[in-house]
Amino acid sequence: MTRYSVFSLVRNGLKGHRAWPRAWRRAEPRRSYQVIVIGGGGHGLATAYYLAKEHGITDVAVVEKSAIGLGNTGRNTTIIRSNYLWDESAALYEKSLKLFEGLTEDLNFNQMLSQRGVINLAHTLHDLRDLERRVNAIRLNGIDSEILSVEQVKAMVPILNTSPNARYPVLGASLQRRGGVSRHDAAAWGLARAASARGVDIIENCEVTAILRDGDHVTGVETTRGPIKAPKVAIAAAAHTSHLASMAGLRLPIETHPLQALVSEPLKPLIDCVVMSNQVHVYLSQSDKGELVIGAGIDPYVSYASRGSLPVIEDQMQALVHLYPVVSRLRMLRQWAGNVDVCPDASPIISLTPVRGLYINGGWGTGGWKATPGSGWVFAHTIAQDRPHPLNEPFSLERFTTGALIDEHGAAAVAH
Amino acid sequence: MLLIPCPWCGLRDEVEFKYGGEAHNNRPLVPDVHDDTAWAAYLFMKKNPKGLHLERWVHAAGCRRWFNVARDTVSNRIDGSYKIGEKPPAIAAETEESA
Ligand SMILES: Cc1cc2nc3c(=O)[nH]c(=O)nc-3n(C[C@H](O)[C@H](O)[C@H](O)COP(=O)(O)OP(=O)(O)OC[C@H]3O[C@@H](n4cnc5c(N)ncnc54)[C@H](O)[C@@H]3O)c2cc1C
Ligand SMILES: [Zn+2]
Repeated sequence: MTRYSVFSLVRNGLKGHRAWPRAWRRAEPRRSYQVIVIGGGGHGLATAYYLAKEHGITDVAVVEKSAIGLGNTGRNTTIIRSNYLWDESAALYEKSLKLFEGLTEDLNFNQMLSQRGVINLAHTLHDLRDLERRVNAIRLNGIDSEILSVEQVKAMVPILNTSPNARYPVLGASLQRRGGVSRHDAAAWGLARAASARGVDIIENCEVTAILRDGDHVTGVETTRGPIKAPKVAIAAAAHTSHLASMAGLRLPIETHPLQALVSEPLKPLIDCVVMSNQVHVYLSQSDKGELVIGAGIDPYVSYASRGSLPVIEDQMQALVHLYPVVSRLRMLRQWAGNVDVCPDASPIISLTPVRGLYINGGWGTGGWKATPGSGWVFAHTIAQDRPHPLNEPFSLERFTTGALIDEHGAAAVAH
Repeated sequence: MLLIPCPWCGLRDEVEFKYGGEAHNNRPLVPDVHDDTAWAAYLFMKKNPKGLHLERWVHAAGCRRWFNVARDTVSNRIDGSYKIGEKPPAIAAETEESA
């Protein structure tokens, strides 16, 4: 692996940038591996990377049906933060945020991490009390978080409509300064490159069509490029988690919904943090290219169609104009959708399954981008040791039977 | 935008409706004979199929009645709707069995 540095940049610049080596090996599927990871999104790639790095398991294949990073990993609005209410979530998302903070150096790949701050607005007294409760809970977990007055929010976000006569007036906000955005493609490509350098095979254009079992033990997978054997198979397939689990006879508490986002035509710098509103149902940031990046909630019904419906983004635009009247005549450049795997308690499943050697990492719903490295880190541990790490133990499949749900709708419904 | 056939009002825009989730998942009539696994299955486990989905909708901004819709979750094509208590349309039933 060529190290990326200012010297390699200059050297390659002099050759017209035509001599850069491939970032990761193009691997052909071998007959068998120690671990097969299904899904070459950020979570699958991070899992493979940490299997190699933290557990010395390099006999690993990441099997991806299309090209890596084109699922939700390449479709999200890149917001990262760890301001979740419950202890279990706070610990998991904070682990991930910490890994993000060191990822550029660790992977030798610029993640363009920008900890510009994430603001959550309160529009009612109830909202405000809820945010205060959440901020207190977060701080008790040793994570940075603070409450802002309307004046403080206005100072940070001058374009925000803070008029007391607004239909949904802003009464205050919470702020996590260490939150922000981090480039999604950089994580996919950087993780693939670093995993490949440690010996992991990244196999693209290879779809898993069946999960092979011998009694209650997994033995490998059938793919569009032939069978591959492995005593351990790990599913990290987001929208397709239920579909893959059904191949092993499992039914999951997950439903797949479209989630849309939009970007506007590029503008001069207008907003330098991320602002979310659960009540008015929109969130906003500005990309390095100057486009406003705008998101909101899911389409209500189950769908695997990678497009959402117009009423959802119409609502989103109404909310946007309400909060930021200055953008009312802005044109939108493009709109897209991903398909997100939603759990009833808005928390993920990172778990062993009733099938021995089969592991599931899914149900991240609208908010799994920020968890990418942390999710891979705990999942790699779960696979290597055949038992969960304390950080993901509460996120087991059994919680739906025991009733120990981790309800994060307040932290994850509109805000991603 | 979906055009949803309400059995009473005919084809109407999606915005007039609210989605009610997977259909034919009925609450156990004798709750106390259910163990935790059975409750988990009823409350949380979902088919989430790629293909035919039988689902509940309510015509919230119309006649306000609940009914079921047969829709393909990959193409979003709607194959028909039927009233609560009725059997799904024949095509739906067949595809569901073969799926
Ligand atoms: C519009 C939008 C905005 C979002 N914004 C945010 C945000 O701001 N912050 C945040 O934290 N989260 C956000 N999310 C959620 C986040 O994108 C996801 O939770 C996260 O990226 C999931 O990563 P993943 O690796 O699990 O999934 P994916 O990247 O979807 O990877 C799954 C992979 O599995 C592959 N696969 C599926 N089936 C098979 C098969 N049978 N065989 C082989 N491969 C298969 C797929 O092709 C895919 O590449 C957003 C999502 C969307 C859609
Ligand atoms: Zn009607």
